[in-house]
Amino acid sequence: MSNDHDTHRTQDQATQAAERMLPLVPLGIGIALASFAATVAAGNAPSLQLPWVPSLGVQLSFQLDGLSLLFGLLICGIGALVLVYAPAYFGDHPDRHRLYAWLILFMGAMLGVVLADNLITLFVFWELTSVSSYMLIGFKHESQKSREAALQALLVTGIGGLALLAGILLLGHAGGSYELSELITKRQALQNHPWLIPTIVLILLGAFTKSAQFPFHFWLPNAMAAPTPVSAFLHSATMVKAGVYLVARLSPIFSGVPIWDDSSVVDGSLTALTGGLLALQQTDLKRILAFSTVSALGMLMLLLGLGTPTAVQAAMVFLIGHACYKGALFLVAGTIDHCAATRDVRKLSGLARMMPLAAVAAALAGLSQAGIPPAGGFLAKELIYESALKLTTWVVPVLVLVFFANTSFVAVTALVAVRPFFGQPSQASASAHRAHWRLTMPPLLLGIAGLAIGLWPQTAGLFLVAPAVAAAGHAGDDVYLKLWHGFNLPLLLSIATLATGYVAFARWPKLRAQQLRLRWLYHWGPETGYATALQGLRSTATWQTKMLQNGSLPVYLSVVLLAFTALVGWELVDHIDIPQSGPWLEVRPYEVCIPLLIIAAAAMAVSTDSRLAAVCALGVIGFSVAMLFVMFGAPDLAMTQLAIETLTVILFVFVIYRLPRFTIFSNRIARLRDAALAVAAGGVMTAVVLAATFAHTPSRVTPFFIEHSLESAKGRNMVNVILVDFRALDTLGEIVVLAIAALGILALLRLRIDASDSEESGERRQAEQYERSPRASRSLP
Amino acid sequence: MSSLVLSTATRYLLPVLLMFSVFLLIRGHNEPGGGFVGGLTAAAAFALFAIASGVERARQMLWFHPRTLLGTGLLFAAGAGLLAVTAGSPYMTGLWTSFEMPAVGKLGTPLVFDVGVYLVVVGMVLMIVLELAEE
Repeated sequence: MSNDHDTHRTQDQATQAAERMLPLVPLGIGIALASFAATVAAGNAPSLQLPWVPSLGVQLSFQLDGLSLLFGLLICGIGALVLVYAPAYFGDHPDRHRLYAWLILFMGAMLGVVLADNLITLFVFWELTSVSSYMLIGFKHESQKSREAALQALLVTGIGGLALLAGILLLGHAGGSYELSELITKRQALQNHPWLIPTIVLILLGAFTKSAQFPFHFWLPNAMAAPTPVSAFLHSATMVKAGVYLVARLSPIFSGVPIWDDSSVVDGSLTALTGGLLALQQTDLKRILAFSTVSALGMLMLLLGLGTPTAVQAAMVFLIGHACYKGALFLVAGTIDHCAATRDVRKLSGLARMMPLAAVAAALAGLSQAGIPPAGGFLAKELIYESALKLTTWVVPVLVLVFFANTSFVAVTALVAVRPFFGQPSQASASAHRAHWRLTMPPLLLGIAGLAIGLWPQTAGLFLVAPAVAAAGHAGDDVYLKLWHGFNLPLLLSIATLATGYVAFARWPKLRAQQLRLRWLYHWGPETGYATALQGLRSTATWQTKMLQNGSLPVYLSVVLLAFTALVGWELVDHIDIPQSGPWLEVRPYEVCIPLLIIAAAAMAVSTDSRLAAVCALGVIGFSVAMLFVMFGAPDLAMTQLAIETLTVILFVFVIYRLPRFTIFSNRIARLRDAALAVAAGGVMTAVVLAATFAHTPSRVTPFFIEHSLESAKGRNMVNVILVDFRALDTLGEIVVLAIAALGILALLRLRIDASDSEESGERRQAEQYERSPRASRSLP
Repeated sequence: MSSLVLSTATRYLLPVLLMFSVFLLIRGHNEPGGGFVGGLTAAAAFALFAIASGVERARQMLWFHPRTLLGTGLLFAAGAGLLAVTAGSPYMTGLWTSFEMPAVGKLGTPLVFDVGVYLVVVGMVLMIVLELAEE
């Protein structure tokens, strides 16, 4: 007993040690990636190629350019911090090991997406991120809400993934290669290709679903059913940016094509607007952050769609800033949830006293999100305004839109990062416990990272932003980041944003009440469309299962026989003529006896009302067929047939005890119909055999086997040689099927036994009755 | 179903039938027989034994659980082909020794494969038959 206890403790210690080591994995990869920073900044792109399916042009090729490096460092950095955070968040949750495994798998997949040079490789990793996201959202699998959210995310991103695959295949065919580095050199040819529009539409569909763009944005807030560290990692900092990554990655090929740019601009704007509006309706910290993430993703898409050098530069700076502050805010939200047991923003205030470090982290992240100098977010906001002002068309709508989105960010900041920490402690806050350092250090570090970008803009610009901008197809030399641009229009807009955002926050309860009056609009929202489609799919599936698999063996058999009779019979009548003359008459008298016996036994089998008699009659048929095999020189077949018949009879004997009394269920008409079908099927089969016997098509297979079976397979029994040598793979497949079937039958038998436990007494009574009936007692052994 | 005649007869029939099944298995490459029919014969022999002496005795006599036989058979069949891969030929190429055994003929991987088929068939049939006969 004590020994057992010790084992458990050792296991626990080992687990804890492993948990502590886990952040070293992303950290190590991150350091390895960072060591290439100077190389990449100098304009080189280290690459690696491993053959995978060379005949299809698919290889595991990876390339580390500025864009990959930027994303790779974000993934590793935030991944490491999330893994530091997670052990304290999950405590000794029994399933946490699975979560770590999926997190690491996700991280690997995400790195694969951003490092892949081959589009097929990229796609495989892309789908892996969807799958791991599914498992992570559904982590609390006992809750139906989690499962539904997981399925929703998987279906939406999965359908987009299929579109992306189609787009990738079109692009690969059009460009003659799946390597991104090669496709970029064929920009001109690709843009003139007739498949350009479908390619772009399909690829954008993949990118938009993944990055939760309107009208697919609804899955992201629902994905907040995932544990908070997962939300911080996947659904704010990394995975949802995969679509943005893809658009940036393919911009060098497609930018300038109106549909590519305009789709991103229009849909990005709609998304930024939707997310910004809906964020202020929520009261759950995580949902507020989720909608504000949707808004930020829309903003990124918009900036990439604008495609000017300043806009792309703004997108990259905003991307870094957003990953840092949103990751930090999510982690803080998780900490609050963990310590105060609520995420309702209305119930939280005065938390700063209990968790000062978390308050500092939230404040730093908030600085960045609201765009207050000297945080990195301020840089991003200035650049966003600058790029909007520099536009030649659409200046006013874009400006209004980004102003609105930024205002919403400011309001969200006040709501999420400021309000819960100040004022009189609420009831929930007063009962909150102190936070473990693991719950406060990671967001604090992320907040500091966001600040560092603002404090050392030139370093960040040189090593992270410029190479990424270059990879997205613009000269990276133009990138010169600085905090202070002097008094200019962007600065004025920034100040106006802060002021408007503050007003929105101050009037938040009223604003929210006003917005909630528009709730009826949701009935026409895209999520309703999703629900309707899913419901339709489910009812169609139920309907067709009921139709096709109604569980009635007679119906199955009838369908099979009817199809066989109709298709083969039609083919026979239509194409093959059975010769009228042949070796009909060279039949010896004793050979006639056996078919006669078979016919008599068949008549017996269908007419008797004793099961045992029917089984015996079937046995007679089987043994007679074996006799035919013996007579016509197929000893192998005969032996097998005999063995099978014997076993069949044995099986029937075992089963027959369990069956209820023999009853005729079908009426006269149904039986006549079945008889007609049986006769027709038998007739067609006879015709097939005759046609096969009389058809004089020389076989090319038989001579080969005759020639080779002794010579190369060293066996004189051709049938066996074919089974174990020439066609051994087929045989292997067949015995695997046999094994699976046996397991299936076993499962069914066990199931039956379990299910009938309660009815057992009733069944036994029936069986006893059966045994006592005069006919049965006569025929049972 | 206790019949003195049947159980006494089976006691002598079982070894004979089993020997016959192995005989069928190993002569299969040159004469009628093979792993499939051999396996069926062996399974029928055990089924007969189960009818005569009860499922418990049959399971004891079988020594291995049917599903072990099933798995081992699959392993043999799939593994027989792998030997060729280690020798540098495509999967499932027959490898032959020059050694010739009386009654069996040359020894080679196809015989191993056939043993696998034999075991799968025995395992599969007995798994179902014994399960049904239990109770």
